[in-house]
Amino acid sequence: MAKSTFGYAFRSRPTPNSSKVMDLLEYQGKELFARHGLPVPKGVHASTADAAVDASELLGYPVAVKAQVLIGGRGKAGGIKIAKDSTEAHEYAGDIIGMDIVGPHGEGPFKVHELWVEAGSEIESEFYASVILDRSAKQLMVMLSRMGGMDVEAIAASDPDALVKQHVDPLAGLDEDEAREIVTRAKIPGEVSGQVASVLIQLVEVAQAEDATLIEVNPLIVNADGEVILLDAKVTIDGNSLFRHPELEELPESADQDPQEAMAKERGLTYVSLDGNIGILGNGAGLCMSTLDVVAQAGGRPANFLDAGGGSKAEAIIDALEVITSNPEVTAILFNIFGGITRCDEVARGIIEATNKIGLELPLVVRLDGTNSEEGLALLADAGLSNLHHEATMLGAAKKVVELAGN
Amino acid sequence: MSIIIDNDTKLVVSGLTGREGSFHGLRNRDYGTQLVAGVTPGKGGQDVEGTPIYNSIEESVREAGANTSMIFVPAKFAADSINEAIESGVETVIAITEGIPVMDMLPTYWKAREKGVRLIGPNCPGVLSPGKANVGIIPAQFFDQGRIGVVSKSGTLTYQIGNELKQAGEGNSTIVGIGGDPIIGSDFIDILTLFDSDPETDLIVMVGEIGGDAEERAAEFIAAEISKPVVAYIAGFTAPPGKQMGHAGAIISGSSGTAKAKQEALEAKGVRVGESPTEAARIAVETLRSL
Repeated sequence: MAKSTFGYAFRSRPTPNSSKVMDLLEYQGKELFARHGLPVPKGVHASTADAAVDASELLGYPVAVKAQVLIGGRGKAGGIKIAKDSTEAHEYAGDIIGMDIVGPHGEGPFKVHELWVEAGSEIESEFYASVILDRSAKQLMVMLSRMGGMDVEAIAASDPDALVKQHVDPLAGLDEDEAREIVTRAKIPGEVSGQVASVLIQLVEVAQAEDATLIEVNPLIVNADGEVILLDAKVTIDGNSLFRHPELEELPESADQDPQEAMAKERGLTYVSLDGNIGILGNGAGLCMSTLDVVAQAGGRPANFLDAGGGSKAEAIIDALEVITSNPEVTAILFNIFGGITRCDEVARGIIEATNKIGLELPLVVRLDGTNSEEGLALLADAGLSNLHHEATMLGAAKKVVELAGN
Repeated sequence: MSIIIDNDTKLVVSGLTGREGSFHGLRNRDYGTQLVAGVTPGKGGQDVEGTPIYNSIEESVREAGANTSMIFVPAKFAADSINEAIESGVETVIAITEGIPVMDMLPTYWKAREKGVRLIGPNCPGVLSPGKANVGIIPAQFFDQGRIGVVSKSGTLTYQIGNELKQAGEGNSTIVGIGGDPIIGSDFIDILTLFDSDPETDLIVMVGEIGGDAEERAAEFIAAEISKPVVAYIAGFTAPPGKQMGHAGAIISGSSGTAKAKQEALEAKGVRVGESPTEAARIAVETLRSL
């Protein structure tokens, strides 16, 4: 399949433990399914109302015009419309592009930049199917329910027995007998049970082959012709696996990305934007998270999570300070470093160079402990930076930066 | 006898001829760990500053008596190296490598269990038994020998707490970095079990962070099985949870994975949870001295 049809705009999502995951848009997930021979409706990608009409003409009416955003609940938010003719296709596409969609749990808003225009399906019944990594059991888990179309949490809450869960042998995969048993337990009607069982087997194969830690198909439908079709796709790929999926790695980032997050990514830093005014840099994800917590406990509002990583060199510190200070909300900065492999003298050198290079005037509170901390502190003292405040402890540093940041 | 590594540890390092592997492997040797071998296919017969290199881990077990393997090879090949170690006859495999795909770790995890090999990590700082042996990248100078066992998902946070304990005049029996990846060889529960029957450990500090439900399961386990006092610290109360696309994760674990949920689960089972690393260390020292 041509790479271009895979389009743009996945979003990679840094997680606090520094492992990265990548969420695919619906149509990207469906392309993945199609490559593995799973039945998905025909569709065309569009980013303007005119292109959506062209796509609709090609597919034939009715078509579903679907907002491509990485959040559930699009339908309820008005992000999915069925168009019967070109007038409607144009109108709906125009309405949906640029729309802000808020998730069912208040996530977002996510601005719609692109559409997936899809051949309409006549829905006879809706099921739910997913394959997910169960971290606790260290196995993949398959879930299936005949109650599709609603949130899986709602299924589980309203009728736990209607959600069938089955672990997959990590060495063998899901075999046909096991798949049929899941289908039987979920009380899937006999006339489509074979098709649904094949879908489950294939979804497990997709998860294994594509390094997907989550595949959720909701709804999995039966159409008027009795065909089972995957009508939606939520797919999360393990970021550690990208070296063997170059076609995924090449996808450019979502247009919606936070400017600091984009800048940090370019420089190889793990950065997550928050909405406060205290810029934070730590080394190691755990210490960095802990720093956010103690700052919040001291009454402050962190502006970001930035893990400079192990063995941070002066250049990494300069990059990090540039990213932090590019956020106009930041009024004070806290460096919390406990050097293990990271050497505190390197960190100090980075702080001094960066301060001079970018003419940093914001108050900077520094706590340096661990490897070569005495050398680092001596370097800072010699540099005589007027905006720099040294604190000996993590809690002291948190208190100080909150005091200096103001509200 | 400390848990996992001690004076009897005979270490073989996969990746000892690489830059990171040689730096840390030799640091471990300088600390006093018996580094008996390195492994790099095709480089058998060479040596790294006097430590012999073998072509396979199995050969190093046979020829040099290695019983513990440390994996320092790049992520692409790391699962293969761990698998090799599991089959080689060593008792313990400590995988430092970061970035190993989850789908590679799933079968590897089960192979280790099947063979009865203890796997620590991947993506972890390793294990330190102060005064005895150090396997991994933990900076030993920030820890003293003592009676507190530490098990942690996070590296630098462990150094922070270890150092606070040291400043308070207490030390550690063993520090175990289990790693923060979705699939790790040994969980809190595995290490808590080892500490509980370790005569050198009187109290256990457990350092968790957001994500997964390992802390919640540990809370249940502590209440049911662990006789020694446990003090916990959880990082990530203000960290962004990361936008979840599907909600299937919460359905299977039954936990939201937030720091607050973990703290509540632990406190409900009588485990004291420090608000900051400093407070966790203070509670640990206080509790230890009241035993």
